[in-house]
Amino acid sequence: MTTYTASISMSDPNAEHYLLAPHERASPVKPREKATNVKFDRDHRETIGEYTSASARIRCRNVDVFYGEKPAVQDINLDIGNNQVIALIGPSGCGKSTFLRCLNRMNDTIQDCRVTGDISMDGKPIYGQDVDVVPLRAQVGMVFQKPNPFPKSIFENVAYGPRIHGLVNAKSELEEIVEKSLRRAGLWDEVKDRLAQPGTGLSGGQQQRLCIARTIAVNPEVILMDEPCSALDPIATAKIEQLIDELRELYTIVIVTHSMQQAARVSQRTAYFHLGHLIEVGETAQVFTHPQHQLTEDYITGRFG
Amino acid sequence: MNDLAPHKVATSRSLDIVMEGLAKRRKAELRFRAYGLISIIAALLFLLILFSSIISKGYSAFLYTNVALDITFDPQIIDPEGTRSSDALSGADYDALWKSAVYRLFPEVTDRQKKRALSGFVGSSAGQRLRAMVKAEPELIGTTRRVWLPVDDNIDMLAKGHLGEVSELNDRNRDSQGWLVTLQNQDRIRKAINQEFFTNGDSREPEAAGIWGAVSGSAFTLLVTIGLSLPIGIAAAIYLEEFASRDRWTDFIEVNINNLAAVPSIVFGLLGLAVFINIFGLPRSSPLVGGLVLTLMTLPVIIIAGRSALKSVPPSVREAALGIGASPAQMVFDHVLPLAMPGMLTGAIIGTARALGESAPLLMIGMVAFIVDVPTGLTSPATVLPVQIYLWADSPERAFVERTSAAIMVLLVFLIVMNGLAVYLRKRYERRW
Ligand SMILES: Nc1ncnc2c1ncn2[C@@H]1O[C@H](COP(=O)(O)OP(=O)(O)O)[C@@H](O)[C@H]1O
Ligand SMILES: [Mg+2]
Repeated sequence: MTTYTASISMSDPNAEHYLLAPHERASPVKPREKATNVKFDRDHRETIGEYTSASARIRCRNVDVFYGEKPAVQDINLDIGNNQVIALIGPSGCGKSTFLRCLNRMNDTIQDCRVTGDISMDGKPIYGQDVDVVPLRAQVGMVFQKPNPFPKSIFENVAYGPRIHGLVNAKSELEEIVEKSLRRAGLWDEVKDRLAQPGTGLSGGQQQRLCIARTIAVNPEVILMDEPCSALDPIATAKIEQLIDELRELYTIVIVTHSMQQAARVSQRTAYFHLGHLIEVGETAQVFTHPQHQLTEDYITGRFG
Repeated sequence: MNDLAPHKVATSRSLDIVMEGLAKRRKAELRFRAYGLISIIAALLFLLILFSSIISKGYSAFLYTNVALDITFDPQIIDPEGTRSSDALSGADYDALWKSAVYRLFPEVTDRQKKRALSGFVGSSAGQRLRAMVKAEPELIGTTRRVWLPVDDNIDMLAKGHLGEVSELNDRNRDSQGWLVTLQNQDRIRKAINQEFFTNGDSREPEAAGIWGAVSGSAFTLLVTIGLSLPIGIAAAIYLEEFASRDRWTDFIEVNINNLAAVPSIVFGLLGLAVFINIFGLPRSSPLVGGLVLTLMTLPVIIIAGRSALKSVPPSVREAALGIGASPAQMVFDHVLPLAMPGMLTGAIIGTARALGESAPLLMIGMVAFIVDVPTGLTSPATVLPVQIYLWADSPERAFVERTSAAIMVLLVFLIVMNGLAVYLRKRYERRW
């Protein structure tokens, strides 16, 4: 793989255009007539499309992630807009999870993982020396690919977050939060009579909704979801998709998914990753109907990946 | 029909191959099971031999032969002045009481030497028994009572048949055997629970030698060992596994801990002698020093087992806790530790069970001394069960043979109780979900 530097990309005639913010650009890129007639060939590595967002909660600039010496993600520029769902798609191993885990610094837990570049939330850099990850993760919640409830009771699973963060003063308040979170995760009716039973005794789909309830119980502002439906059946998937749609009004959501349909159904923006590069980003409808990069088209038409 | 054929052929072919190999697979499986079964049976057999040998040799030590004597509590002997003062009652010659009672039973024995042998029929602790009786109940003075007293340990061996056939006995023992039979016919001989064995410390006299000193010595020593090694070991395991940065220093420490686990225990004894006794001046032969030495020996085992228990907690649990903003300490103590606790306790059980059975390092710090008094605290001189077994096994008196086996049984019971407790604790931590 060629090592990417800013100077090389500048030789691309279109590059300068995309490095500028929208209002600074001389002329907009014309939408293509036919989906097959893409503008950029497979070797182009510059991010195509609108990576900025007017209402950005999280702003990533020139983000590189290395595992040891091996780069996993290179030069990502992407804004996560407020109260919208952005889907990250791309073939396996292209760095979607790696990028996602940068946003709440979960990569810190991996021994030799190194992140460079700037990521800021509401204007404040999250990789600063003096940043405490505890409030950051309370603010940016995460739902993992494999449902991972604590080996404790259903109630305790949801109550743990509010309790450690001191969000409640009384037991009744805690019970209220637990019920509200389970209701919002669409799990309340199924578990309200068995709150004392272990969370690990639920079905896969229920466990994943329990994990979502656990995440929203802390009342985060951003939720990161890493393939939350990959282990679930279609019915459970549909429930979670519906849930994401409802949650969008209150939260900002970043979801990694392997299902194009899911990305199309739940997200407003879509970002396509390829071998560690952010290839194309834009409105979901536009990316799916008129991909501008050859690789994006290859992927969404199922030519690989 | 025809278009099904190739498919059928294909299936039957692979099936044939599978069937061909099946017999071999079955055999391999059966073979392995047979090996397993054989080794378990062999293990049980050896265990059975060991236990039956120990129990058959040792159970008789829990009983002791007593003889009924009609003791006349003669005021002339006990308290000629009639003051009934405590001093007078303590100082009297109680041996004279039971001696005259024995002579009265066998008036035909007049020979001086035989009389001496006859007085050796009753155990040397008989006088103390009588003194205790009189002190508790001074009204006994002037009366005659039938009192059960322990016989001499040699007579006990005779009564238990440990000295061999009657024809093999030497002259002295043959006389004793005769008296024994006479008394048995008069219903004056019985076997009773050997209280001394359970309540006394060590003694040169087998009939007075008991296990309680060693049991309490072991208990005190173990108290120190568990009290120190469990918290320190678990804390060290948690720190090294969860909080210490991975660098050369932690690697170095890890290598050293692994090495310490393999160091022969006697080396720890020498270290304890040099450091705890010679430098810090802690009392020699004390459970405190013994416990410290065994702590050094047990710590590496607990740390290694604890670290591997922590390592085996699935990363998904850690991610889940960190993902909702738990601090590393909250993650460890709320989620990781409860899951690792059963494994950590297993390590602790193995370590302390080994410490309980350890004798070599304790020899170095003087816990092998002959100590009669039952220890009362962490600093009083004491010995421990394995060392007591070693001491008794080395004693020449025939009566110590059965006491050695009995002490082994007590040690085994101690171990079983301790392990049972630990397994119970582990089960309580081990929630299955
Ligand atoms: N913990 C890790 N250590 C080393 N390399 C990793 C680790 N996690 C991921 N990678 C590598 O980083 C690249 C991106 O992985 P990932 O972000 O998991 O991809 P995706 O989620 O898109 O499938 C892959 O090449 C993968 O091998
Ligand atoms: Mg992934």
